[in-house]
Amino acid sequence: MMKSAPPPTLHHERVGCPAAEPRGTAPVRRTRPDRRAWGAFALLAGPLLIGLGLFKYVAIGWSFLLSLSEARGTIALGHWVGLDNYRTLLSDAVFRKSLGQILLFTVFIVPVTFAASLGLALLVHRIRRGRAVLRTAFLIPAAVSYVAASLLWKMSLFNGLPSGIANTVGGWFGMDAVPWLQTTSPPLYWVVLITLRLWLQVGFYMVLFLAGLQGIPKEMYEAAALDGATGLRLLRRITLPMLRNTSVAVLMLQFIAAFQAFDEFYNLFNSGLSGSAAAPIRTPLGYLYDTAMGSQNYGLGSAGAFVLTALIVGVTLIQGRLTGFGKGEE
Amino acid sequence: MATTRQLPPVVRRSVRGLMAGLLTVLFLAPFYLMLRNALMDTQGLTSPDWTWWPSTMHWENFTSLFSDPALNMGQALGNSLLVAAITAPVSTLLASAAGYALARIPIPGRGVLLALVVATLMIPGSVTFVPTFVVVGSMGGVNTLWGIIAPGLFNPFAVLLFRNFYLQFPSEIEEAGRLDGLGWLGLYRRIALPSSGAMLASLGALAFIDSWNAFLWPLVIGQDPSAWTAQIALSTFLTSQTINLPGLFAGAVVTIAPLVAMFLVAQRYIVEGIATSGLKG
Repeated sequence: MMKSAPPPTLHHERVGCPAAEPRGTAPVRRTRPDRRAWGAFALLAGPLLIGLGLFKYVAIGWSFLLSLSEARGTIALGHWVGLDNYRTLLSDAVFRKSLGQILLFTVFIVPVTFAASLGLALLVHRIRRGRAVLRTAFLIPAAVSYVAASLLWKMSLFNGLPSGIANTVGGWFGMDAVPWLQTTSPPLYWVVLITLRLWLQVGFYMVLFLAGLQGIPKEMYEAAALDGATGLRLLRRITLPMLRNTSVAVLMLQFIAAFQAFDEFYNLFNSGLSGSAAAPIRTPLGYLYDTAMGSQNYGLGSAGAFVLTALIVGVTLIQGRLTGFGKGEE
Repeated sequence: MATTRQLPPVVRRSVRGLMAGLLTVLFLAPFYLMLRNALMDTQGLTSPDWTWWPSTMHWENFTSLFSDPALNMGQALGNSLLVAAITAPVSTLLASAAGYALARIPIPGRGVLLALVVATLMIPGSVTFVPTFVVVGSMGGVNTLWGIIAPGLFNPFAVLLFRNFYLQFPSEIEEAGRLDGLGWLGLYRRIALPSSGAMLASLGALAFIDSWNAFLWPLVIGQDPSAWTAQIALSTFLTSQTINLPGLFAGAVVTIAPLVAMFLVAQRYIVEGIATSGLKG
């Protein structure tokens, strides 16, 4: 993708030299500005390229070698163990369980957030008065960190006290007060997890949908309305198909974000005394954190990073292939 | 929706208005709750009787945040501010400069470099904290602010956005500058950069938000209280056996307030930034 930069325009070369090289022959004409171009390129792009090289390429290369090493409490290479770390990882029931749980989480959160953000976008798009206020209200939770939201959800909304908000509301419908985060059967903590992430993220994706909605020409609706189409039919026949690219992008972003969930799980379930041991659910990133930062097993942690990266990249590519199919029509 | 189809427009509009009102209240309620909790005392917070608003405002929850050395909130907020205030402009400027070079300056091998930048986009952000830790750790960045900041300064996605922006930039303007004797650097500094204000503001605002709210990386690299960001300080007291609930909420209010203010002031740029990039992760 995106492989070629456009060829340098002729103008640049023509305009670039005459002052400096009044009677320059062709080769001189080429080398002089080239060296200057190199200098400028190095100055402008150099810092970023070096940074990316260090924090992406060197980091990943080193970490890959670590994943083939026995590296506990050290990031030095040398003690090669082949694929042992990968074997250990994939046979670890805790890691496999974390994969299953994040999959379940993704299956819940992605459709819910998708539907909610699309719904909010449609509402904001159609409302006549107070559109800006409405958009702000939905977007502003995006300013809140997962830590702060976890605090509110854990200690106030779902604190399990009879006077807690969730239990009060539940009481109106005849529910008994329950400890939301600690109850595992039924696993009520899912309600806490889903509502938290939904509140934080929905505005962000709504903005993407709103941008998509604004790109739909009004004439399309007018034409369809002349044909007698209304409400749901307009939505199904025009709005949703026209939002196809946006939808694909939103789904991918959501998937990538959900699969790397960590912040709210850590803050909702960890306790200072027992760490994440008592948590009913641990994400793969939580597993990685405990492995690399807790046990300082950087070999195993690196292997985990590679397995997860491969999973995310793989799913993204498949999703892109599936949904990119027929993109040419648009 | 299916049922509103046959309803007259007036009814449909008022149903929509009602829904909008309810949802607004629902979305803003957590903010109210946060503020209310921050102004109550522990007794009031845990009492079985619901109170909408504390009868006496406990402002001392806020002042104790900064006077209590165990909370360390003053330093943590300072760290956060420093980290975000460096990350946002520097990462945006680096991306802009690199985007310009990749779009405009014709050197051999530019395509390869661009491909190398694009390839890093495939790598998911948080998962690779282990590799990043290995590098930053080996450079002595553990428990330092620069260790928190450095990996966040290089944003390949912003580079591509800037590159696309400069590709569409009318070359006539640049040619005029070239006739005035400007070189590549001059063209970038005098012409391209000054006309990228909206992009810089949008991506800079998003970078500030991401940096301010970042959790996993600061947790990994800055475990010593002296290197805590506000998020880490807050999280530490949330996950410890704390009893000072109102203090926690006051801390949350203090960490949220700057970003809420920013959202209200710079919303246009933030919306623009999200819409043009859809970044994050």
